[in-house]
Amino acid sequence: MTQTVQTLVSISNVDKIFKRGSEEIHVLGGLDLEIPQAEFLALMGPSGSGKSTLLNLIGGLDRPSQGSVAVGGERIDELSDRRLAAWRARHVGLVFQFYNLMPMLSAQKNVELPLLLTHLSRSERKKRAAIALEIVGLSHRTDHFPRTLSGGEQQRVGIARAIVTDPTLLLCDEPTGDLDRKSGDEILSLLQALNQEQGKTIVMVTHDIHAAARASRTLYLNKGQLSTEAEE
Amino acid sequence: MAGAFNWFSQIASITAVNLRSLPQRKGSSVTAVFGIAGVVAVMVSVLSIAQGILQTMDNSASADNVVVLRSGANTEMMSGLVGDDTRIIAEGPGLARNAAGAIASAELFVIINLLKKATGTDANVPLRGVESAAFEVRDKFNIIEGRMFEWGLNEVIVGVGAKMEFEGLELGSTIPVAQEEWPVVGIFEAGGGLSETEIWVDAAVLQPAYRRGNSYQSVIAKLESPESFEQFKDALTSDPRLNVKAMRESEYYESQSAMLYNTITGIGTFIAVIMGFGAIFGALNTMYTAVSSRAREIATLRALGFHSGPVIISIMAESLLLALAGGVLGAVAAWWVFDGFRAATLNMTSFSQVAFAFDVSLSLLTRGILFAMVIGFIGGLFPAVRAARQPVASALREL
Ligand SMILES: Nc1ncnc2c1ncn2[C@@H]1O[C@H](COP(=O)(O)OP(=O)(O)OP(=O)(O)O)[C@@H](O)[C@H]1O
Ligand SMILES: [Mg+2]
Repeated sequence: MTQTVQTLVSISNVDKIFKRGSEEIHVLGGLDLEIPQAEFLALMGPSGSGKSTLLNLIGGLDRPSQGSVAVGGERIDELSDRRLAAWRARHVGLVFQFYNLMPMLSAQKNVELPLLLTHLSRSERKKRAAIALEIVGLSHRTDHFPRTLSGGEQQRVGIARAIVTDPTLLLCDEPTGDLDRKSGDEILSLLQALNQEQGKTIVMVTHDIHAAARASRTLYLNKGQLSTEAEE
Repeated sequence: MAGAFNWFSQIASITAVNLRSLPQRKGSSVTAVFGIAGVVAVMVSVLSIAQGILQTMDNSASADNVVVLRSGANTEMMSGLVGDDTRIIAEGPGLARNAAGAIASAELFVIINLLKKATGTDANVPLRGVESAAFEVRDKFNIIEGRMFEWGLNEVIVGVGAKMEFEGLELGSTIPVAQEEWPVVGIFEAGGGLSETEIWVDAAVLQPAYRRGNSYQSVIAKLESPESFEQFKDALTSDPRLNVKAMRESEYYESQSAMLYNTITGIGTFIAVIMGFGAIFGALNTMYTAVSSRAREIATLRALGFHSGPVIISIMAESLLLALAGGVLGAVAAWWVFDGFRAATLNMTSFSQVAFAFDVSLSLLTRGILFAMVIGFIGGLFPAVRAARQPVASALREL
């Protein structure tokens, strides 16, 4: 049996224009992108080139000014705000540069948060959160609060929170940007494992060429367009 | 799809997350709570004054009592009746009777000057001349200290309210009446009614002291039953010998207190509304601070897929909770300090002092707390809507 590689994310002819007062900022122009299922894609490019903007469009956190964004065959740019929020909860795991954990919740409770949007029972939520924390290697830190964890550990909690709902798509915006080399490497290994062993499709924005090397493909964003080569 | 349960659990969990972070926002939260408490305390206390006056008037009135004044007079002060009038009035139909005849007391009313204890300033105190039927008309009358005055002697008895309010009304002291000193021989209560603010003496003694001849100002009488009022009134008004009007005692007191009640309620509401605006800005400020200090958390929750509805509701819940705390605190403070607190104010129609107790009633407390909730609602609404309306992507950028 031959396995056909399916396209998970399909972006075509997307423009993104921000308005700041009377000024218009053209960030993305006529951008096309296909991301196959189970790919680990790294996005690079200069600061302000629109990497986060593109990631937000893929994750349904923002809408294109023009063009279409389809994920798993669904036109997410056409969903209402409410349905888009529900769609995000079901299909996307987000990992942030500064972790964005709830400071007053324990690691366990932070990881359980996205499960509050499901119909799972309290005990089932606990169980799944525990599994997610085990996957990221933090079983021994479940009752710790974010401020008592190191940056690397906090980011692991962030990843556990992103995978706890078992989403198809993991979107990471500079996940190692705030970490030292060693912790960053551990996080990258974790993402790699999630990609290779569990088949998660990952899009990772990074400024770090070493980090990008862990991905299966790297694209560069410049002047609103994607290319396979970094521009000089 | 997510159902109602889901919504509810979202609200509950976001609210719990918000409330858990309350200790980090202690300062501004405490300020808001106390601001609202102050507003509610002032509002409840001021309105309880009006309530207390109403209560005093209510205690004064008896359903089967009738007050007769000269027609055209709105108060006893303005009224005048000659001795013949009072006899004809007492013969009217529908009055309760006993061995001595109709239970009707012809009374007159002068104002004397005494020092007010609280301020040490001059105040007008009513001195009322009564007939023996007076004690049957006011069935809650009761001597609690000393004795009743002797008919025909220059002796007075003093209401408990007046004794508490003014200097020199203790048992055994004397009061200045028309260049003489009259001894206080007894202290009485009258069911919390207006009479407790007065000094009483034999009408026949008071008339010559003030050169009133055989004239009175009012007749207060007891009816056979509340229903016989119309009959009595019709007989009096159609009698060509008389030029008088008859009112139920409750009506009379209502007309006496309406202006005072309305003025105080008006002032109270005005103060509460002005202070309320201040408290709304305090609450708004607190909630804006609360929202901006949690901007990262709120944006993250929304990015994770939480709806903006629960976000709004949870911010509102926090604001309402703070307001509720403030409202209860203010109401309890007002109740604790002022309920039953005795005070006197000028009755604007008779220009004499009315002593009354602040009446912090349950309905007033409820109104105060509701007012606090309105403040909390407005204070939470704008920050909540703003937080929920901001696009998720730009909310995340602003962190
Ligand atoms: N919500 C917004 N409103 C206005 N301008 C925006 C908004 N979001 C992004 N921009 C602008 O769009 C451009 C691209 O921003 P973006 O955050 O996508 O860049 P980036 O490649 O992620 O940069 P960095 O590497 O610094 O994170 C910037 O000029 C930014 O100021
Ligand atoms: Mg960025």
